Amino acid sequence: MKQGGQIITVTDLVKKFGQFTANDKLNFSVKKGEIFGFLGANGAGKTTAIKILSGLSKPSSGTAIVAGFDVKKYPDKVKKNIGYMSQRFSLYDDMTVKENFRFYGGIYGMKRKEIKEKTALFLKKLDMEDYRNMLLKKIPLGWKQKLAFSVAILHNPKIVFLDEPTGGVDPITRRQFWELIYESASGGTTVFVTTHYMDEAEYCERVSIMSEGRIEAIGTPAQLKEKYQVKTMDEVFIKIAR
Amino acid sequence: MYAFIKKEFFHIFRDYRSMLILFGMPVAQVLLFGFAITTDINDAKIAILDHSKDPVTRDITQKILSSKYFILEQNLQSNNQIEAAFKAGNIKEVIVFEQNFAEKLQREGKADIQLILDATEPNTASMLSAYSSGIINTYSLQQMKAANKVPLSIVTESKMLYNPELKSVYMFVPGVITILLMLVSTMMTSISITREKEMGTMEALLVSPLKPLQIIIGKVTPYVLLSFINLIVILTMASFIFGMPVRGSLGLLLVESVLFIVMSLALGILISTISKTQQQAMLLSMFALMLPTILLSGFIFPVENMPVALQWTSHVMPSKWFIIIIKNIMLKGVGIAYFWKETLIILLNTLFFIGMSVKKFKVRLE
Repeated sequence: MKQGGQIITVTDLVKKFGQFTANDKLNFSVKKGEIFGFLGANGAGKTTAIKILSGLSKPSSGTAIVAGFDVKKYPDKVKKNIGYMSQRFSLYDDMTVKENFRFYGGIYGMKRKEIKEKTALFLKKLDMEDYRNMLLKKIPLGWKQKLAFSVAILHNPKIVFLDEPTGGVDPITRRQFWELIYESASGGTTVFVTTHYMDEAEYCERVSIMSEGRIEAIGTPAQLKEKYQVKTMDEVFIKIAR
Repeated sequence: MYAFIKKEFFHIFRDYRSMLILFGMPVAQVLLFGFAITTDINDAKIAILDHSKDPVTRDITQKILSSKYFILEQNLQSNNQIEAAFKAGNIKEVIVFEQNFAEKLQREGKADIQLILDATEPNTASMLSAYSSGIINTYSLQQMKAANKVPLSIVTESKMLYNPELKSVYMFVPGVITILLMLVSTMMTSISITREKEMGTMEALLVSPLKPLQIIIGKVTPYVLLSFINLIVILTMASFIFGMPVRGSLGLLLVESVLFIVMSLALGILISTISKTQQQAMLLSMFALMLPTILLSGFIFPVENMPVALQWTSHVMPSKWFIIIIKNIMLKGVGIAYFWKETLIILLNTLFFIGMSVKKFKVRLE
């Protein structure tokens, strides 16, 4: 079922809400272990596409194969193999760091012992061991987002979807966040990330840029800059999305 | 699944507001309704105008005053004192015996007592009138038996079945149970689900391998448990503090309550699927549910006295049927044969709410 190192294959994907076409014939693929930037202005259809890829929503037509499974036919199998972190991050404020890890590990069917070991490992890596029993609401935003990312990859997913993971975070924390992303990508996890920050787009191995439901450009940041004869991704983005 | 339920308990126990609603509410409500909003009558002040002053009227007066409901404030001498007595305040009732009372009773087997009531408080007035005529009727019956006489005129007898002392505790406990189960189940679930939506954690749950049904069961299980505990607390308080009986089967009562809890939970889920924020969910459950439950379910105001349009509305309230069921079990002590229809209505309601929620849920995923 797996198609030669490609972990996401999207073919002629269309999503309509009544008369409105949110995704118009999307075609793209993502390689295993790649950091793929999924860019586009607000309302361009990014969130709709992510929802389809993560098995939350069904495509109107076309196919999407994620982690070897058709999202239309086997959304449950897709869900098991992906991690997800949204712009509003997904941890519970009224639970401690440890409890959040335990909860998310639990719903992904991980064993208690495995959760414990992984939690210890992640907290050590983040240098947050002292905060394990602190309620999440007392922890600064940037740290929370790093925790949320760790939780999203706790169960070793093949792909992790990050929907604007660094909104409202200072540049230093963003930098650290991207170090985490690189680290997990080098471990073989595919990272599918949407962002509004064009400097972050430069960090991606390949990016696609959406506008009005269509993918207007796809390629490495260097290729795109050359194609549009500009110096930065910022300018590429403005040329396409206006 | 286990992890999910545990997490839900964390939410509840760490939020002092939900704790307060969950456990403070039942205690406060039962005590409030039991002591403050009591509709029982104790020590109502009355005046007596006795035109006859014979042994029989004295006997009746004695009987009335020895009940704990009345206190003699004043003896009146003539009819024109009556109004003044009422106007002077604090007298709720005047009992007037006609002239030659005993003699008339002997000769014609019939004599008149007039009850004049201060109806500025209509509930109190009608209750006082019922109490006094009850006492008088009992007296005349006893007299006839004693004299071994066949009654000459038919005595209209109003007997208060199931609640002979007209205790309002008997009336409000079923109501409070209904309201609290509904409040806890409906409001708390709808709020807790919309909270996940607001915080964005709902998305995380939906992309996880958990099935929507598992998410829902995980969310509602703690509330089923807590509502059940609440039910036990209310029943225990009602029984020990106010002496409320459970004449029917306790098991049946619990089963019916669980059915009602499940229905309320389904309703809570439905509310959460149509509201976007916690406030919206709270307002919806408050105004769309609590007020009609209190006002229209027959809990405080009898349904029979409402305008026809409101009576029809009250038939739509599931809480009305549940109150009937509890009253049947607790006070009449009858079995399922007497209220299977009401049970069926609640069951259908449950299925309807679940069906609607599932439909709404699916639409959202499209």
